[in-house]
Amino acid sequence: MDLKLDHHGKDGIEIVDVEGEIDVYTAPRLRELLIELVNNRFYQLVVNMEKVEFLDSTGLGVLVGGLKRVRAHDGSLDLVCTQERILKIFRITGLTKVFGIHDTVDEAIAARRAEK
Amino acid sequence: MATVELSFTALPAHVRTARLVATAVARRSGVDESLLDEVRLAVGEACSRAVEGHQLYCPAEPVRLSLTDLAGRFEVEVTDTCAPFARSPGGAGAVAARPGADPAGSPPGAGARVPAGLGIAVIEGLADEVQISETAAGTSIRMSWPSAGGSR
Repeated sequence: MDLKLDHHGKDGIEIVDVEGEIDVYTAPRLRELLIELVNNRFYQLVVNMEKVEFLDSTGLGVLVGGLKRVRAHDGSLDLVCTQERILKIFRITGLTKVFGIHDTVDEAIAARRAEK
Repeated sequence: MATVELSFTALPAHVRTARLVATAVARRSGVDESLLDEVRLAVGEACSRAVEGHQLYCPAEPVRLSLTDLAGRFEVEVTDTCAPFARSPGGAGAVAARPGADPAGSPPGAGARVPAGLGIAVIEGLADEVQISETAAGTSIRMSWPSAGGSR
């Protein structure tokens, strides 16, 4: 399956919905979207990965790049993911300590609000 | 002789095909269902790494993948042929031939990337056994998982 991307605002946070496979072929599109959002001054991001079927290290690189960009503006990039197959790659690479990973979008928003 | 051999043009779009083929052959070879996601991800990482290296050094050369159903093991080997091109005058150096190195570095337009070698780290975290070797042609990544075997 190819990659489908969408985004919408919720409670002042931009939610990025990702569906499909994030790999060496499709990751550039996600990268472009994250860059576009930051360029449009969206610095509080939640990437909803509940419909992601595959994620490799190229995809991880894009997410780390996005995090780096929003942090340059004192922003945040949290993830929503409950799928074990996706969480496993975050664990292997130690990135569970870098990203806030939540079970639902609402939980991610609430956690972000609590930190403010 | 490998159960299935695949050779593909070094384009990112074909990495998904390689993943699908590897997963299908692994399933047929009797690799446990719980390990198939690991096979899929590890093969994808190895192929992505090879494709990025080929795109930098030798885009006309195909990436090779062999899938072998041995007795009780399912073995995958991904081979790149970057080394002679990386070492050639005007090449970007011999980085691609170093085991554990990411030959791609940061391709044009890649933006912020994960640290070099993360793909290898992921492979090592996923495969039951991993052997990375350097040949005159390039780098070979050999990975294997336990299988029921006997389905060639």
